[in-house]
Amino acid sequence: MNSSVIVFPGSNCDRDIAVALEKMQFKNQMVWHKETTLPKSDLIVIPGGFSYGDYLRSGAIAGKSLIINEVIKAANKGCLVLGICNGFQILTETGLLKGALLRNKNLKFINKDVNIKVENNETKFSYKYKKNQILKINIAHNEGNYFTNSDHLKKLNNENLIAFKYCDKHGATKEENNPNGSLENIAGIYNSNKNILGMMPHPERMIDKMISNNDGINLFSSLIN
Amino acid sequence: MKITKQVIEEHGLKTDEFLLIQKLLKRDPNFLELGIFSAMWNEHCSYKSSRIHLKNLPTKGEKVIQGPGENAGVIDIGDDDAIVFKIESHNHPSFIEPYQGAATGVGGILRDVFTMGARPIALLNSIHFGSPNNFKTKNLLNGVVSGIGGYGNSIGIPTVAGETKFNKTYDENILVNAMAVGHVKKNKIFYSKAKGVNKSVVYVGSKTGRDGIHGASMASAEFDENSEEKKPTVQVGDPFTEKLLMEACLELMREDSIISIQDMGAAGLTSSSVEMASKGELGIELNLEKVPCREEKMTPYEMMLSESQERMLIILEDGKEKSAKKIFEKWDLDFVVIGKTTDTKKLILKYNNKIEGEIPISALASEAPLYNRKWDKKKLPKNKIEIKKLKKIKMEDALIKILSSSNHSNKRWITEQFDQGVMCDTAQKSGSDAAIIRIHGKEKAIAVSVDSSANYCKAHPLTGGKQIVCENWRNLVSVGAKPVAITNCLNFGNPEDSKVMGEFAECLIGIKESCEFLNYPVVSGNVSFYNGTNKKNISPTPVIGGVGIIPKLKKIMSHNLKKNNSKIILIGKTFGHLEQSVFFEQIFSIYEGQPPEVNLTNEKNNGESVLEIINKDLVNSVHDISSGGLIVALAEMSIGSDYGLKINKPKKLTNSIEYFFGEDQGRYLLEIDNEKMSKVENILENNNIYYEIIGSTQKDFFEVEGELKIDTKKLYKINNQWYNNY
Repeated sequence: MNSSVIVFPGSNCDRDIAVALEKMQFKNQMVWHKETTLPKSDLIVIPGGFSYGDYLRSGAIAGKSLIINEVIKAANKGCLVLGICNGFQILTETGLLKGALLRNKNLKFINKDVNIKVENNETKFSYKYKKNQILKINIAHNEGNYFTNSDHLKKLNNENLIAFKYCDKHGATKEENNPNGSLENIAGIYNSNKNILGMMPHPERMIDKMISNNDGINLFSSLIN
Repeated sequence: MKITKQVIEEHGLKTDEFLLIQKLLKRDPNFLELGIFSAMWNEHCSYKSSRIHLKNLPTKGEKVIQGPGENAGVIDIGDDDAIVFKIESHNHPSFIEPYQGAATGVGGILRDVFTMGARPIALLNSIHFGSPNNFKTKNLLNGVVSGIGGYGNSIGIPTVAGETKFNKTYDENILVNAMAVGHVKKNKIFYSKAKGVNKSVVYVGSKTGRDGIHGASMASAEFDENSEEKKPTVQVGDPFTEKLLMEACLELMREDSIISIQDMGAAGLTSSSVEMASKGELGIELNLEKVPCREEKMTPYEMMLSESQERMLIILEDGKEKSAKKIFEKWDLDFVVIGKTTDTKKLILKYNNKIEGEIPISALASEAPLYNRKWDKKKLPKNKIEIKKLKKIKMEDALIKILSSSNHSNKRWITEQFDQGVMCDTAQKSGSDAAIIRIHGKEKAIAVSVDSSANYCKAHPLTGGKQIVCENWRNLVSVGAKPVAITNCLNFGNPEDSKVMGEFAECLIGIKESCEFLNYPVVSGNVSFYNGTNKKNISPTPVIGGVGIIPKLKKIMSHNLKKNNSKIILIGKTFGHLEQSVFFEQIFSIYEGQPPEVNLTNEKNNGESVLEIINKDLVNSVHDISSGGLIVALAEMSIGSDYGLKINKPKKLTNSIEYFFGEDQGRYLLEIDNEKMSKVENILENNNIYYEIIGSTQKDFFEVEGELKIDTKKLYKINNQWYNNY
């Protein structure tokens, strides 16, 4: 499998995701934001960070960058696209994923390990997980409060497009386990074709027991096969 | 502009200092030159009051690659790996403008580390605020914490450890100290010493604006009621540009293009160019019209004194301009050759070919004033306080009061605002005795911790200085690291006051004694004087940042209890020293008395034995005992875990308050499996270490026989509410 990681000025999880992909035997390439072509890729990852400083709305400038046109083209042809954290924000700015990520409800940056539940385990990103499996994954963001209109929310639910939800250690998706105020505790969503996943938690941080845990590994091992 | 007495004063120069300038120049300085002298001769840049004492610190060691005097210190951690680290203060700017002050403090210390060729891998901070009841404190706390996070999170370096303290001594002068740690290959370390004549001097990074002019001078004076007016001297940070600058510099460093490199920190273009020339015993000539400016019509004076952030000065090898420029253009950064090195040993400043200023480099560096200021010795306070009421205190009440206080409450409210996990090598985060960072792609790791104890230093500076090095050493030992070297940030009041100067001198003697005994040299540091407002000085607050090595990271050692029914061993002697303790402060509001005695021999032996026990994999958890004493350390071990404790009544000391709340030094708590007890006891007996078996772990309750029994869930709650309610 060939993967490409898009690097914007200000991306800061690009190395982390590259390490994870290579550990899982992807043939990975880093792609600079000024490029106008993409190498042959089965998976494109937009990493976390603060693209272009994110002084404007998070992801807004990256959503208009040179390389992003190529990402959009590839995504529309069915290429797998994974956006993590700032990557999720960028995907919503491009329209590849609907909705928006607002500031966290407490108006502060939040970094902690949270429980999330696998809502849909029938996608190319998640089939190695069990349905409703509870994962402990690190979040680190200022704007992770997912919002969308009621029609789209209905669609997300009806078409099983919600990837992960914040929950407690037993899987209950209560308000007190919602770290950032996201609608229905949403931590990640798919597009209609389920070839694009945007998520706020960082699976690439959870691939090594010495550092954290292994809960992120099955996302990458789902993708590699 | 005419150089009047008032102009000289406004530049923070004393009359005799101005006379010295005239003597060195053999004429009057012009306005630009006066500004440059002011920038180079202020306390912050010249260390004129501190140098004489600093030179006594031990700075050499088997593992020291670079001691003080460079952008940061460098230590050898084996193979071809080295660690670069330094701590620095940003106290004054943070009090005036907390967000930007703290943010640029982080930015500045990061530049010191990547200037040397290292990729930063960890950030730490030590922040001190006034009393929570002071009306300014909440705003300052909020601003400083979001500023530190705002910069570190954005640039993508994990903030892994720190300390936050509240004390009314900082009501009008908070402390914000930031430490950065980086990793570099031993053969790829870059220094600031210029070499060779006629080499290109290149300006890279952000454009120069009018921000931060006289920042270093501002930091070299006390505050008064007009301090608010100093807001324009605070710089504004841009972590995005710093990220680009860092990546561009590290990319250029992979090639052999750089002769020397220096970041523009305090006193900006002035100090960076002078330092490079001074170390290389060269001259430097700058064409100021070439300096990239953010604003129109900036004067040479403003350019030379601006402290705009995210800028660097590089001296390049011949013929490397083109390839170097390409890298900086890729990262959308300015890259301009603004001058050259010369053999004149002068700083020559030109604007459109006209000489605007000309100063011998030595006048700004080696011939700068050096003061041996008067200092008073502090006697060890004698009066032993007899507290008859001690017996009336209910231990449970006292413990609850301490655990729910601002200083001892869990600090997740702060640390959760920092990205601790980015770079994926943070093996142990904040809230432990020390953080653990794995070296990327390797099995080895480093441990880092920052510590201070202003109360002890105030009561008796010599003991305090000694103690704080030991506490820092102990914190590294507790996570299984062999302590290697320290950096220090010396926060003191006005050095012109002989009492303050005495605190400084004696703290340094204490630091020196401990560093020498523990073979724990000082490799970098920073002095921050004039912390005070309207003649009221802060308590002496030296902050120690230590780095230790874990050669093979097999198991993460933390203080959280791991198992049910394991034994708890207390290592080190307990005398019940309550003076200067948190207990006296919190329960009786007593601030007098002497700090606990530091016995360096015991400290070293106890620590080395703990390391031996950790390395032989005989222990489940380790915690050092510090402020709050035994009972607080025990509670902390339980709070972070799923277990409680059952602790026996003390056998020797009759008064259990003294036993449990005393802050005797050199002590550790170890959680040991029953079947490993005999091996551990053997080691301790062989090494002649004093120890007591004081109890064991249990489920659900934190219990001291005959004194208290608290549900562990309640204990957790008590410890986790202060920040949320503030």
